[in-house]
Amino acid sequence: MIEIINLTKSFGNNKVLDNLNLTINSGEVTVIIGRSGCGKSVLLKHIIGLLKPDLGQVIIDNEDVSMMDHEELDKLRLSFGMLFQGAALFDSMTVGENVGFALKEHTDLPEVMVKKKVARALELVGLKGIEELMPAELSGGMKKRVGLARAICNDPKIILYDEPTTGVDPVMADAINELIVDLNTKLKVTSIVVTHDMVSAYKIAGRIAMLYKGKIIGVGRPSEIKNTKDPVVKQFVTGASKGPITENGG
Amino acid sequence: MKALIKRLGVKSLNFFIYIGGVFHLLVSTMFQIFVPPFRRKEFFSQMYKVGVQSLPIVFLVAFFTGMVLALQSAYQLTKMNAQIYISGLVALSMLRELGPVLTALVIAGRVGASITAELGTMKVTEQIDALETLAANPVKYLVVPRFLALCIMLPILTIYADFLGIVGGYLIGVYKLLIGPTIYLQMTYDSLVLKDLFTGLFKSLIFAVIICIISCYEGFRTEGGAEGVGKATTLSVVTSFILIITADCLFTALFYFMFP
Ligand SMILES: Nc1ncnc2c1ncn2[C@@H]1O[C@H](COP(=O)(O)OP(=O)(O)OP(=O)(O)O)[C@@H](O)[C@H]1O
Ligand SMILES: [Mg+2]
Repeated sequence: MIEIINLTKSFGNNKVLDNLNLTINSGEVTVIIGRSGCGKSVLLKHIIGLLKPDLGQVIIDNEDVSMMDHEELDKLRLSFGMLFQGAALFDSMTVGENVGFALKEHTDLPEVMVKKKVARALELVGLKGIEELMPAELSGGMKKRVGLARAICNDPKIILYDEPTTGVDPVMADAINELIVDLNTKLKVTSIVVTHDMVSAYKIAGRIAMLYKGKIIGVGRPSEIKNTKDPVVKQFVTGASKGPITENGG
Repeated sequence: MKALIKRLGVKSLNFFIYIGGVFHLLVSTMFQIFVPPFRRKEFFSQMYKVGVQSLPIVFLVAFFTGMVLALQSAYQLTKMNAQIYISGLVALSMLRELGPVLTALVIAGRVGASITAELGTMKVTEQIDALETLAANPVKYLVVPRFLALCIMLPILTIYADFLGIVGGYLIGVYKLLIGPTIYLQMTYDSLVLKDLFTGLFKSLIFAVIICIISCYEGFRTEGGAEGVGKATTLSVVTSFILIITADCLFTALFYFMFP
């Protein structure tokens, strides 16, 4: 279980997260929705300890991430997989080396086994046999999928996906959604998915949480969110341009 | 007035944060050197980038500096009929001063800039964050190989530069100023003591540390896309230059008083 308690974070005068509270259940897919720039990526980075909160805590299995030292963090991160919004592939390595990075660094698996697992992870994201390409030779959507393969390659317990289907064609997007659900049902992976895409959100979510003005303003099962009374959440999920959310504010 | 004091306060605070950050990086690099595993592949590729690929430019700079040094001192020394001392003058200036400093400046421009640009790009594209999420320490993974490569290669390049400078001086001395080749070499040899070589190499080791730590630090704190990378690169080269010159002055004075 991941508990986020009173999380507050500012960059200069820009208060991005403001007393945010959220509980993420183990073995469930939690989707976080919210407007562009509202701090979803910042929230994910707090969960994996890349950013330190100004105030508040992120507690994973009863341990406070923000209090951990380097070694404890590294140990924790071995059970994490993270897909970055911009994929963040290592330019200087081939696709195969990117995907197999964690296995090669942190396990004693023989080379053949690593190759096999890499090939399997790439196959899962629909990119069979591209191990030898360099990231610069890939399209945007392919990079994203390689990033996804890297995130799932070492069988993590918790996976953070930052907009897994953005920039990917609809057919592939659906395949990725299936993959997220599959990993969750078969391997009991705890998943946190950030997305703007409500179709995907309804499809994969066990619960949906909406981030607005630095706080979680609504959490619920997809059906609850669909029929919400909250005007802000309602406007967002129906994609209406008129409502409490204005173009500049919020 | 109040605004001025405030700005001064912010500036000096940033300065101390910078110094602190640089020292922190230096200490953790030193520490991480001894944490296994050792990244041999990365280390050798950096040695190649830093050392082998810098040979042509260092050749150019050192060789011509040696020649110019001989010509310029001839200008004065011929007036006193003392051309014979050119050999010693060239050799001493190269070993003690110009070899280490010029090589360091060239490497700061060539290698330091590329380190900052590379790490800066990795930072702004979140590759450094990605390394951390994969439980790989960026200092261990990125800084240590570069640090070791520079600390080994810069002194070697300096010896190479010293040698080329002396060769350049020799060519001018023997073929232009018509000093006898045997006497030129003899005078070069006689004027040098081991101390001259070692103080020069010690300085180049210090310069290697400066170049590596400054360029990595600037890379790691890069922010703001391609523009930020450009800024960081400029800043890294300028800071390295200033620190190299300052350290040179400091250590030259120190050696002057310690080993007169
Ligand atoms: N390292 C940083 N330094 C300064 N400001 C930052 C930093 N990272 C994020 N921000 C700011 O935090 C806010 C939230 O950013 P974040 O990337 O979390 O948005 P997001 O919800 O992921 O948006 P999107 O859906 O477009 O990805 C933005 O206003 C951004 O300017
Ligand atoms: Mg984002």
